[in-house]
Amino acid sequence: MTTAPSTTTDMNPADHPAQPRGAVSLRGAALAYGRRVLWDGLDLEVQPGEFLAVLGPNGSGKTSLMRVLLGLQPLSAGVVEVAGSPPGRGNRRIGYIPQQRSLDPTLTLRGRDLVGLGLDGHGWGLGLRGRKERRARVDEVLAAVGATDYADAPIGLLSGGEQQRLRVAQALVGDPRVLLCDEPLLSLDLAHQRVVSDLIDTRRKAADTAVLFVTHEINPVLPLVDRVLYLVDGRFRIGPPAEVMTSETLSELYGTTVDVVRVRDQILVVGATGKLCEDQPHHVVDES
Amino acid sequence: MDNFFDLGQTFELLSLDIVHRALVAGAVLGLLAGVLGPLVVTRKMSFAVHGTSELAFTGGAAALLLGVSVGYGAVGGAVLAALLLGLLSQRDSERDSVIGAVLAFGLGLGVLFLALYDGRATTKFGLLVGQPFGVAADNVWQLVGTAAVVLVVLAFLYRPLLFASVDPDVAAARGVPVRVLTPVFAVLVGIATALSVQIVGALLVLALMITPAAAACRVTSSPGRATLLSILFAEVAVLGGIVLSLAPGLPVSAFVTAISFAIYVGCRVVGRVRVRRIGNRRVAAQV
Repeated sequence: MTTAPSTTTDMNPADHPAQPRGAVSLRGAALAYGRRVLWDGLDLEVQPGEFLAVLGPNGSGKTSLMRVLLGLQPLSAGVVEVAGSPPGRGNRRIGYIPQQRSLDPTLTLRGRDLVGLGLDGHGWGLGLRGRKERRARVDEVLAAVGATDYADAPIGLLSGGEQQRLRVAQALVGDPRVLLCDEPLLSLDLAHQRVVSDLIDTRRKAADTAVLFVTHEINPVLPLVDRVLYLVDGRFRIGPPAEVMTSETLSELYGTTVDVVRVRDQILVVGATGKLCEDQPHHVVDES
Repeated sequence: MDNFFDLGQTFELLSLDIVHRALVAGAVLGLLAGVLGPLVVTRKMSFAVHGTSELAFTGGAAALLLGVSVGYGAVGGAVLAALLLGLLSQRDSERDSVIGAVLAFGLGLGVLFLALYDGRATTKFGLLVGQPFGVAADNVWQLVGTAAVVLVVLAFLYRPLLFASVDPDVAAARGVPVRVLTPVFAVLVGIATALSVQIVGALLVLALMITPAAAACRVTSSPGRATLLSILFAEVAVLGGIVLSLAPGLPVSAFVTAISFAIYVGCRVVGRVRVRRIGNRRVAAQV
């Protein structure tokens, strides 16, 4: 990759390879499974407080990018840092919000347990010490997402929207510097999509948390998005929505004619049917 | 049948050493099964536990034939089974059929071993339905020691194990070694199963390991409370079963299974009411 002319030259990561400033930093990153290259030469600096939407069709490597940032998948080439250190298993400064998936109604778990596990579920031992502080912290976060009323109900009996609020609380309870969201709005109704994305946005503004938001549908979060990373078959484009979400750019990425239409405050992408929009939920952990 | 609940005879028998040993062994197993149970139920491992106990039986039968301690044989068989099931069936879709295949083969082998063994018939039968009054003094200490080791390891692993059991995706994302914990937990369950086989028998391990936990999970959704209740139910079933079996001189496991099933049915009824009440309250709160 040649160094592109940058308006903020002193922020150019190439000048300070040892001191990345981004909350998330990828330099010359490549990921390939055998001969299949998902992406190559990916340079990305996500600043604290920035909202980056990761878009692209199924199989374009959005999920794999999440796995790389979570430390579950090594890069084929390049360097990655999250919150200033290599991802490694369980970088504590990362909050992770998965897509809503229906939980077993008989699961022996309450909302407050789910949030508590997000705080210290990775720790060894019974965790009996510091129970008071733990409870106070969990209560605080439950209140912040407005889930206090149903925090003690069996989690499997809650609605998808309520479960997703608890997921946000679970991700926030550890006071993350980076929030990785993997299709968190999938299968939610519009009202709950709004609630959940507002909660994420509030956190980002209040604590300068960087947000990486994987989605197949940009419209619900369009007002929040600072930049878009659009991945298609090994090609990618990074930039503000107004630059990336255009007929010209997407046609180039997809290698076929794609029309981007703006209707009111929504973006509609027309063409290459079936490839643009993924309907299948994916699983970060299960995919090999 | 007249002496079915003969209190006098029960008290008389309660003073015997072999009964004391049975009660101690039972109490330890109740604790172990009670603690492991909720995790087993959450991880949907009931069938795996059954398969493991059948292989503990095979191991025990092989030990009889070879003339070594049945306890070692049972633990060996169960741990082997746990590792095998853990390694063969990382994929959920295949787990059921793998367990079925391994279980049937193991049981067949066990039957063969027993047929070749020309010892007492009660010893053979004991492997299947339990022999709590056959526990020798040093066996009790072995049992207590092994159970203590399992409990200590479990206490160390508890939180990540719970995380990986109820919320595997996020647990993995948070750095919990989900894949490593699966076989480790299977081995812990295998050891507990092998210990239980000596008391309640291979056929009835589920009454101790699954039923009390399944009952507890119907009446509470707090993992901590479910564990406490599951211990309580398991203790009531195993100790109550031993005491009730004394006067009539009938198999202990019949009473243990009956008590734990009664608790289970009771908890299901309570659970139904509970879920309906939660549902009503939630609807009322939304209106």
